[in-house]
Amino acid sequence: MDRVGVEERAATLGKRSIKTTAKQQGIRLAVSMVDLTTLEGSDTPGKVRHLCAKAVCPAPTMPEIPSVAAVCVYPSLVGVAKEALDGTGVRAASVSTAFPSGQASLDVKLRDTEDAVAAGADEIDMVISREAFLAGDDARVMEEVVRVKDVCGDAHLKVIIETAELGSYDHVRHASMLAMEAGADFIKTSTGKAATGATPGVVLVMLEAIRDYVDRTGRVVGMKAAGGVSHSKAALHMLVLVKETLGDEWLTNERFRIGASSLLNDLLMQYQKTETGHYARPEDFSKE
Amino acid sequence: MSERLQVKKTYKLFIGGAFVRSESGRYDKSGDFNVPRGSRKDVRDAVAAARKALPGWAGRTAYNRGQILYRFAEALESRAADIGAERADVEASIDVLVHYAGWTDKFQPVLGGINPVAAPFLSFSVPEPTGVVGIVAPDAPPLLGLIAELAPALAAGNTVVAVLSDDAPLPGLDLGEVMGIADVPGGVVNLLSGRRAELAPVLAGHHALNALVNASGELAAEIDKLAAESVTRVRHTDASKDYATATADPLSRLEALTELKTAWHPVGA
Amino acid sequence: MATQEQRTSIVWDYAPAPESPDHVRLRDSYGLFIDGEFEDPVDGTRVPSINPATEDVVAEVAFAGAQDVRRAVEAARAAHPAWAALSGLERGKYLFRVARLILERARELAVVESMDGGKPIRESRDVDVPLAAAHFFHYAGWTDKLSYGMGGREVEPVGVAAQIVPWNFPLLMAAWKLAPALACGNTAVLKPAETTPVTALLLAEIIQEAELPPGVVQIIPGDGAAGSTLVREPDIDKVAFTGSTAVGKDIQAALAGREIPLTLELGGKSANIVFEDAALDQAVEGIVNGIFFNQGHVCCAGSRLLIQESVADTVVSKLWNRMGRLRLGDPLDKNTDVGAINSREQLERIESLVASGEEEGAVRRSVACELPDRGFWFAPTLFTDVAPAHRIAAEEIFGPVVSVLTFRTQAEAIEKANSTPYGLAAGIWTDKGSKAFEVAAALQAGVVWQNTYNHFDPSAAFGGYKESGFGREGGMAGLRPYLRVAS
Repeated sequence: MDRVGVEERAATLGKRSIKTTAKQQGIRLAVSMVDLTTLEGSDTPGKVRHLCAKAVCPAPTMPEIPSVAAVCVYPSLVGVAKEALDGTGVRAASVSTAFPSGQASLDVKLRDTEDAVAAGADEIDMVISREAFLAGDDARVMEEVVRVKDVCGDAHLKVIIETAELGSYDHVRHASMLAMEAGADFIKTSTGKAATGATPGVVLVMLEAIRDYVDRTGRVVGMKAAGGVSHSKAALHMLVLVKETLGDEWLTNERFRIGASSLLNDLLMQYQKTETGHYARPEDFSKE
Repeated sequence: MSERLQVKKTYKLFIGGAFVRSESGRYDKSGDFNVPRGSRKDVRDAVAAARKALPGWAGRTAYNRGQILYRFAEALESRAADIGAERADVEASIDVLVHYAGWTDKFQPVLGGINPVAAPFLSFSVPEPTGVVGIVAPDAPPLLGLIAELAPALAAGNTVVAVLSDDAPLPGLDLGEVMGIADVPGGVVNLLSGRRAELAPVLAGHHALNALVNASGELAAEIDKLAAESVTRVRHTDASKDYATATADPLSRLEALTELKTAWHPVGA
Repeated sequence: MATQEQRTSIVWDYAPAPESPDHVRLRDSYGLFIDGEFEDPVDGTRVPSINPATEDVVAEVAFAGAQDVRRAVEAARAAHPAWAALSGLERGKYLFRVARLILERARELAVVESMDGGKPIRESRDVDVPLAAAHFFHYAGWTDKLSYGMGGREVEPVGVAAQIVPWNFPLLMAAWKLAPALACGNTAVLKPAETTPVTALLLAEIIQEAELPPGVVQIIPGDGAAGSTLVREPDIDKVAFTGSTAVGKDIQAALAGREIPLTLELGGKSANIVFEDAALDQAVEGIVNGIFFNQGHVCCAGSRLLIQESVADTVVSKLWNRMGRLRLGDPLDKNTDVGAINSREQLERIESLVASGEEEGAVRRSVACELPDRGFWFAPTLFTDVAPAHRIAAEEIFGPVVSVLTFRTQAEAIEKANSTPYGLAAGIWTDKGSKAFEVAAALQAGVVWQNTYNHFDPSAAFGGYKESGFGREGGMAGLRPYLRVAS
């Protein structure tokens, strides 16, 4: 990996000019890819229910805006989400494995996952052991992913590599490969709790890793960009990266997700602007 | 008919890109104005601000630093009438800024280069900014005396804490306003008025200062001794009287505020 | 010839994103810029300059005749003593003004550059115009530091500089020529290329706005004959030419016996070398940038791709895939990657050489793009199974065509890269620094890019070995051609 080259390419793709119909369509596409997330100590069933309502119908005044892809919460609230989302097509996703740090025994991490699956999670977002990775213990990193995948049952497994803690693009690529080879259904940039998240460079490196893995094995693995994607411009940049690295067949929430909380309202505001030509007020859209 | 009453200016220190009063609350008189009498804590704050601004300033491209210094010249030219210094002093200062704006991306090939070592290595030497530079400004000329040392320090990628002249601090303090319109990032230049005999020793003895330029013609021995405690680099210089003296031997001014880094890399796979 | 495989259906595409030309203010007709004014040609003509993407007229310009060339040289001569006598600082201030004005008018200049020459707006906006301003800014800062740049020697200007620039980077090449010449105290007569005179004329307006004394710069568009006349003028002191090797040789011959300093920046057939230990995805970006930037109309284009055999299939596959993402079309669309070919003549040259490639047995693949009906277009093209002796491997195509050759060892790569009369640039892709530096030392090329390509900076010298020319532009070395040691 050459850092200067990666960042130049990622930045050049950020210069694509997305206007008018392309912008509207891109925003709708981005909304459909959002994993609407709340991972706060202060989350309650009430808050999660409000969030699920918003996830299913983000903008009642603009019915052409689709539902998001999933709602992502802590294991203790997955049951609430599952019930609220029943029959809507929006998936209930849960973090697990002692999210966000992953600093716990494997047994605890597996139990955490089992709880979430039992509560009805359709998707599990786990974290790799950065402690093992940075110590060079690739085997242990992979072993944990394999064991977690085992207890997922039918649930899809996303593996968070926490790019901010890995230190280099080479490490990002390497961690991506380990996760894919261990059976990840999706690889994901970040927990959203670290200093940086889905920067364009990191996303590009992971998409290229997926490209090489798919070419070699034929198995499709999806990508989730999370952390720091708070404005529409950043989200559209992600779509450009996906389109021009992997191709249009990857522009679907079966293969690409954006983990976000405040992004959704910015997408709605920008969408409204493309419709009316005027800038919206943030208060026009509810937070939940 | 009664005259319109002017809104009088309040002079403040310039630290971290903001105009602040001295934390000591003390003041001195300078003509019709009260001027903050800076304290050791103000020096401490200024050095902290300069240190904080250093990675951002040193990390910009040389071209960008040159553009900012040129814009500083543009800004000073447009505010020339407001700065309380003589026209000749201001014009010489503007020209010195233009001169050093042109040095930012040129001193490297002149001071550095490739070392043709007698072994299969690529070896090169690069002059890098020394870091936070203290400047003790002279009494005269009030503006050029400061700019003649400020410009090379900035051109080389350093950030600055300047102790202004006791007798003529106003043009120096006005410079803070000029920098505000010149895109000079906050903390890159910090300006302190007060008593040189009080502030210069604090600055010289501050371990986080990398170098100090003393253009005041005073306190040389005391400064040297204090600087020695942390091996701070010191340069004593006469106050520059005009453009010619301010730009005579620019390489010495630049070189004194850089560190030469030599790197080696094998050639041959 | 194979075209792009059937693409999967488009889910989301970019809508047209045209850069508006509404804010551009062009005259209907431009005179010759001589002695500070736009003047009617005395024995020249007026000619339309056309937009190669649409074949519409951009503006009418005057082409200089022989007498006009003479007048231009006379004006430069007359203005020289006063210009040379100015202090370095004052000369520098004029050039700083030009740099700032270029940035103030940046968007307009970028749009006109794309209209007149065919290159994508993204390139003229992000590369040509900013670099042109940077060159003026950089050399403005040398004016009062010349002896530092010349090893401490006392120096003086050479006098009147005759400068001829090509059509591939019209404004930028004008900046590369004028900035160092003026900084060193010379006056200049610049002849822009036949097909791309307009941005040079806007630069003339900027020079007026900067209040440069009349006669310091003349800008006189014209055809090849005007250039030929210019270099034969008796009262010039220096010639600088960027263009084809063939014309460069003519100029060198024309100056025989005159002891006039000459700098030539000519053609190339540069090797872009990818080793097996390169970061392959970034190498592919570098290959694309190396040959499709500016439609391959680049003297230092990486037109010969040398790939280590162990990774050749992978690299070619990734490259072909990547080429399929190139967007060819309206140069004024912000999402266009590949613009128009500069002229009908150039298009015919490219087509002819590409045909020869197929005849000689190389395998051609061209991206399946929709080419507009009007204008001059050529789809990005990749040749494999290329032998070093093929014309497409030896001759400069100056178009969006890359020829792939393979090698097995480092020594073979170096030998293949050097087997050419040209020597302008080269690219080296490897993760090993020690290999990169060793190969760089062995290549007969004036510019060696490691893990990148087509990067330029006013502080970094640029120029060729062998038949790619001599003399350097940029950096301290760029001062030398415009100075003589004081007697």
